[in-house]
Amino acid sequence: MITGTPKPIDEILEMVEPYDNIIVAGCFGCVTVCRVGGDKEVQVLSSTLRLAREARGKKLEIKEVCLERQCDPEYLELMRPYVEDHQAVLSIACGAGIQFLAEKFTITPVLPGINTGFLGVTERQGEWAERCQGCGDCVLHLTGGICPVTRCAKSIFHGPCGGSVSGKCEVSKDVACGWQLILDRLKALDQMENYGKIKPYKGWDSSRDGGPRRIIREDMI
Amino acid sequence: MLLKAFENGADGVMVIGCLEGDCHYVNGNIRARARVERVYNILGQINIGPDRVRMYNLSAGEGAKFAAFANEFVEKIEELGPSPINVSRKAEHQTSLQEVER
Repeated sequence: MITGTPKPIDEILEMVEPYDNIIVAGCFGCVTVCRVGGDKEVQVLSSTLRLAREARGKKLEIKEVCLERQCDPEYLELMRPYVEDHQAVLSIACGAGIQFLAEKFTITPVLPGINTGFLGVTERQGEWAERCQGCGDCVLHLTGGICPVTRCAKSIFHGPCGGSVSGKCEVSKDVACGWQLILDRLKALDQMENYGKIKPYKGWDSSRDGGPRRIIREDMI
Repeated sequence: MLLKAFENGADGVMVIGCLEGDCHYVNGNIRARARVERVYNILGQINIGPDRVRMYNLSAGEGAKFAAFANEFVEKIEELGPSPINVSRKAEHQTSLQEVER
């Protein structure tokens, strides 16, 4: 899922300061699962903003909505009848949803209520960790299902670097060395022959180096 | 729900959970405490005052203790005075009354 963290309330209050009538828009997709931008978070953030503003004697009217997804046009269209009746939209969807919202409703300012994080997993309730950087050229079949691009701080492809000590990365003693994880896993799977198959270099043209990416599926158009 | 109470004019909110280790929902009271702490932090950040919310743990048979906790909390809230929301609403009400009188 796409993860995120709430923006500090002071930062959001500063963003909404010029307005007295806004929409707070959540999303039932990834941000609901990582508990940062779903229906419940819309309610908590809206209450917080109303209380903060009223305590200063400057009321803020808020329409609370939560769309099925903010990254699909058909759901965004559901907001069209009332978006222009409000001065701004504070979205707590991921960066993709926020931008798509801004693209669709061009005369209404769209503000971000969260900081979008990474593609990750729920390791336990309340704890998420990064697993994929969307490099566009997956090698997990060779690396025991552990991604060297994401799990290695340097995204290297040739095994642990000199900064790997006792299975930990030099970046932090709390970060496992991605390549040590890969080697341990390959040994456990009896697939150490895959270690020699790793590509001598990785092309990054399928990643962000080629600029914003696009997928076109002719069979679905 | 806790924040709604403050929006609806509460000066303070007590949350009562069952005794730790004795919850029908296993760790429901522990999770509730974490939620209350979140609201505590929010109220601090927006200058409503974090001490206006507090969680107590009690069993259903501790009526006297409940009454003592309630009295203690009410005293604390009286010390803090009305929430800034109520102060602001009162000021707004008085302004509108003055406008009507004019």
